[in-house]
Amino acid sequence: MGNVWQMIGTYAIVFAVGGALCAIAELLIVRTKLTPARILVIFLIAGIVLEGVGVYDAIFKVCQAGISVPIIGFGASLAKGSIQAARTVGFLGAFSGGLVRTAYGVGAAIVMSYLVTLVFSPKVK
Amino acid sequence: MSEESNAIKQRNDRYNKYVETVTPKTSIPKALFHSFCIGGLTCMIGQGIGDVVKVAAPNLSTDMVANITSMLLVTIAILFTGLGFYDVIARQGGAGSFLPITGFANAMASASMEFKTEGLIFGTSTKLFTVVGPVVVNGVVWSTVAGLLNLWILGMY
Repeated sequence: MGNVWQMIGTYAIVFAVGGALCAIAELLIVRTKLTPARILVIFLIAGIVLEGVGVYDAIFKVCQAGISVPIIGFGASLAKGSIQAARTVGFLGAFSGGLVRTAYGVGAAIVMSYLVTLVFSPKVK
Repeated sequence: MSEESNAIKQRNDRYNKYVETVTPKTSIPKALFHSFCIGGLTCMIGQGIGDVVKVAAPNLSTDMVANITSMLLVTIAILFTGLGFYDVIARQGGAGSFLPITGFANAMASASMEFKTEGLIFGTSTKLFTVVGPVVVNGVVWSTVAGLLNLWILGMY
């Protein structure tokens, strides 16, 4: 029974944190002249910085998918891969680590986009 | 002379008032609420996929579970883009639909589909990264900087 409550709590935190991050991004769009692409880059770099200074794991332990599904998680994953490879391989590892770690998602996105383009045509508005 | 300019001024005022009444008002609280809900829901779906994968394959490492989760999320988002569902969500969701990783996938798929008419090489393959290019480039550059900085700081001790 305690397990179920714990799970509900986790999902509530995930919803709240993920939602709050998106609301902040929306507020930036409405209140400033920032374009979505710039906001994505800002959040991405925020993720890299969080991982770089070493606090991302602690946040992730509490927020779970709430922080890893937004683009912050992508940035943190890139930075984590790069840092790990830099520690194990050395100087050259820093260049490959980020891409290696995120290759699953990016690879799937490229291949699936290509396949979907072959199958579907864009809707005429 | 002054009468004429007065008339012009009055006409402009009337016109501005008319424009104000016709422009649709975007209510900020409503937009924020929609973003919050769509974004939160997307994250919950991600958490759900992760939990299901963990139960289905208990001997996978945590990293691998995260990889499979992001692959599934991306695949679902791209399929939704192809079927035209994602546009419906994005119209309401605002930032809630582009900040999660599903938005990244949607941006890729919609760019590649939009330029299908220009051919698979010069259309689709060239334009695939038009929207997400900044994210990938900045991500690789700054994560490399993070890795090098880490190495440099470790080297000092």
